[in-house]
Amino acid sequence: MPESGEDVSVRTKEEIAPSGETLVHEAPRIRLMTDQAVDEAEQFAPGASEQSVAMPIEDGKVVFELQSLSCYYGSFRAVKEISLRVPHNQITAVIGPSGCGKSTLLRSFNRMNDLIDGARITGQILYHGVDLYADGVDPVEVRRRIGMVFQKPNPFPKSIYDNVAFGPRVAGFRGRMGELVEESLRRAALWDEVKDKLKSPGTELSGGQQQRLCIARAIAVEPDVILMDEPCSSLDPIATLKIEELMHELKQNYTIVIVTHNMQQAARASDLTAFLTMGPDRAGYLVEMAPTQKLFTSPDNRLTEDYITGRFG
Amino acid sequence: MASTAAPHKLSADDLRGDRGRRRTEALMRLLFLGAATLSVVITALIILAIVGEAWNFISQVDLAALWSGGWFPRRGMFDIPTILAGTLVVAGIGMLVAVPLGLGAAIYLAEYASRRARALLKPILEVLAAVPSIVLGYFALQWISPNIMQTVCLGGSAVFNMGAAGLAVGVLVTPLIASVAEDAMYAVPGSLREASYGLGARKRTTSLRIVVPAAVSGIVAALIIGFSRAIGETMIVAIAAGGTGGSLFSLDPCGQGQTMTAAMTALATGSDQVRGSDLAYPSLFFVGLLLFASTLVLNVISERFVRSVRLKY
Amino acid sequence: MTDITATSNVSAEIVRARISGRRMDIGGRIFEGLLLLALALSLAVLLTLLVDVVSRGIGVYAERGIDVITAPLSSDPAKAGIGQGLFGSIALMLIVAATAFPIGIGAAIYLEEYARDTTFTRFVTANIRNLAGVPSIVYGLLGLAVFVVALRAITGPESQGRSILAGGLTLAILVLPIVIITTSEALRAVPSGIREAAYGVGATRWQTVRSHVIPYAAPGILTGTILSMARAFGETAPLIMVGGAVSFLNTGDRGLVETLQGKYTTVPTSIFQWVQEPRREFIELSAAGIIALLVTILLVNGLAIILRNRYARKW
Repeated sequence: MPESGEDVSVRTKEEIAPSGETLVHEAPRIRLMTDQAVDEAEQFAPGASEQSVAMPIEDGKVVFELQSLSCYYGSFRAVKEISLRVPHNQITAVIGPSGCGKSTLLRSFNRMNDLIDGARITGQILYHGVDLYADGVDPVEVRRRIGMVFQKPNPFPKSIYDNVAFGPRVAGFRGRMGELVEESLRRAALWDEVKDKLKSPGTELSGGQQQRLCIARAIAVEPDVILMDEPCSSLDPIATLKIEELMHELKQNYTIVIVTHNMQQAARASDLTAFLTMGPDRAGYLVEMAPTQKLFTSPDNRLTEDYITGRFG
Repeated sequence: MASTAAPHKLSADDLRGDRGRRRTEALMRLLFLGAATLSVVITALIILAIVGEAWNFISQVDLAALWSGGWFPRRGMFDIPTILAGTLVVAGIGMLVAVPLGLGAAIYLAEYASRRARALLKPILEVLAAVPSIVLGYFALQWISPNIMQTVCLGGSAVFNMGAAGLAVGVLVTPLIASVAEDAMYAVPGSLREASYGLGARKRTTSLRIVVPAAVSGIVAALIIGFSRAIGETMIVAIAAGGTGGSLFSLDPCGQGQTMTAAMTALATGSDQVRGSDLAYPSLFFVGLLLFASTLVLNVISERFVRSVRLKY
Repeated sequence: MTDITATSNVSAEIVRARISGRRMDIGGRIFEGLLLLALALSLAVLLTLLVDVVSRGIGVYAERGIDVITAPLSSDPAKAGIGQGLFGSIALMLIVAATAFPIGIGAAIYLEEYARDTTFTRFVTANIRNLAGVPSIVYGLLGLAVFVVALRAITGPESQGRSILAGGLTLAILVLPIVIITTSEALRAVPSGIREAAYGVGATRWQTVRSHVIPYAAPGILTGTILSMARAFGETAPLIMVGGAVSFLNTGDRGLVETLQGKYTTVPTSIFQWVQEPRREFIELSAAGIIALLVTILLVNGLAIILRNRYARKW
């Protein structure tokens, strides 16, 4: 199993050029390998197979490629050797029990972990083929291309307009700010509700509206990726549904990676799902990643099935 | 800003960031670092300035003068025990007043007072804390000495006496002890109190047997901080304790005495040019060194106690 | 069977009695009384102090009115006032504000926003806490050695270095640790979500601090600086070291530089002079001065508290 897995997951930059041909051409071979991998995995006790297998991407570009990514806080390894790929303009969900490193993983995509003393990674994250953690890469630039929406809505204590305008302003945007703000709010499905009160504080909106404001804010800097860290966990079901609908629209223009606690949400809203769990060393590792339909109906890994059916987590 | 337009190959250079902005960032960081380093420079200066001249003094003075029965700098008598005794008498009397008053007020505010009472009484204590020491010096001389010391002392007291100064120092230090101790007790988790009440204990028992012991580190820190403040107090003793011009070794609160701090002010104002007399100037720094060293030691010890409080909760 | 019922009947009686009887917790009452006494005594002292000061000092205001505030120092108590003292105090406050606040706030920003947890950082933090506990007279010594003596050329060649500049800088150093500590607390109170959101959208550290952290923490920082000013206003000991105590001051017409480099007095220093005179007129004068001092300090503290309450919003 390790061999076939390795062939697929560890590839050099040149081989994973962001062009569709290579991958489509690879696809059947990959699927075959996975079947083989699954057979072999079943010989081991559940949880023993910690080698992650990169999942098939049928077509389109790859935005992120992770190669044996491990995330450390000081000497504690929170995330262990994850290799996977995130496709372009799709919604990729990351699910798993609490504490298995999902947020840590997500935050490594936009180098938010840099803000924590003692945080470091080993392995590589390639973004459109470029190593995100290479020397000379400015995290600020990374974050302007890879936006983030947080678990608890955190609008700035400023007006709605200023909330959305802040990102472009610091990025040196010189165009028509009013138009950009309106466009961002429209894309976040919030414009109609706030167009008459752009000057009022963002903090006076309801929870769901605040979160959509945060989405608009992230969109305003024109990223190509939006990372979402459990964005609906503090919202009521109606607001949650609105955001899931929004995500569906957003994926036409943005690649979305969402971490969620809520399996039903992942099943409803995402195209691909990655399932992480915590190993005995308390490090999170990738168990399985597959198109959502497949993962939830006929998962390959026993652990995945257990989690989905609620036997643990 | 990033563009999601057509096939755009990302390169590592795109993520390099703007030179000018990085320069600004580095500059701001340096500026703030400089400000922070200044605090270290100040400490270094204090130590250098004081130790330098103090050494000057010690090397020049006839060591017998340091044990000469009285503090009369103009006559070349620099009896250390005199000023130490004075300091301890005044600070001691101060603590005798401040500890019961301060702790009593603290326990009342933390455990007994209703929310409204607390909202009313705490500001009043803060007002007491804001009274400058010179006002208390006046109070010591003009009110405490004639009204209290005259009555309390057998055979009447001198106009200037250590007792009046000590009592005024007590008033000065009370709000300090009250505030630090109250913070420590307030920080004790309510669950501890609830557990005690749940067992049927009365308020007095809970306060004395549960809360105070739980907050003991903070309370000890309060006492040490108060004592350190009492030792370092200048204006009250300068005005009310007598000793200008010199003082014999004395432990009698009904009579005058000399503290380290008052000795310093006397040296500074006694003659027009502190620099004039050969030993007067350096002796100023020598006493200052004694004072600085003792308060530093006390403060470091109290730090240890405060830190152990923080660790617990 | 009967035994059990008998026992339970008896216990029920006792319980009923205990619960419904009057709680005569004498010990507890006394204890609470003692505590209240402690509190009351503290307040009583404050009251006594105020009554004494006002009763002795108000007469001076009644006789001379505003002259008390405006008149310069004089050897004649009927003519002396805190005018020069006020001027000196205000000048000192301005110097403190101009030097200690930027440096203190900058240092706090570094410690809270930029610094990583290294030995150096911990050393600096510990050092600041220790400086905050150093008696004010020691700062006077520092001022004496550095500003009056060593830097005499800058601080005042004419006045032998005992100038407003020296005094102001000395007070600035005294106040610096307090400014750093209160600013640090205000910065720490900013919710981390705001910083995360700003970084997440691609702001640099300075952009985040400037656009979000500082504005949010501004009320707290302001309160801290105002309170430290109030504290500096009442300081006397270090100024005595650095030369502010003069019995008679001839200011005449002086330019800005001359004023900064010239001799001076402050309100508390003037009071210190008067308190030491045994004559009744001077005692009353010092009481009058104290009234002015207390009023100023109370007003400034009150201002800080009002600002704090007004801006402590629900963000």
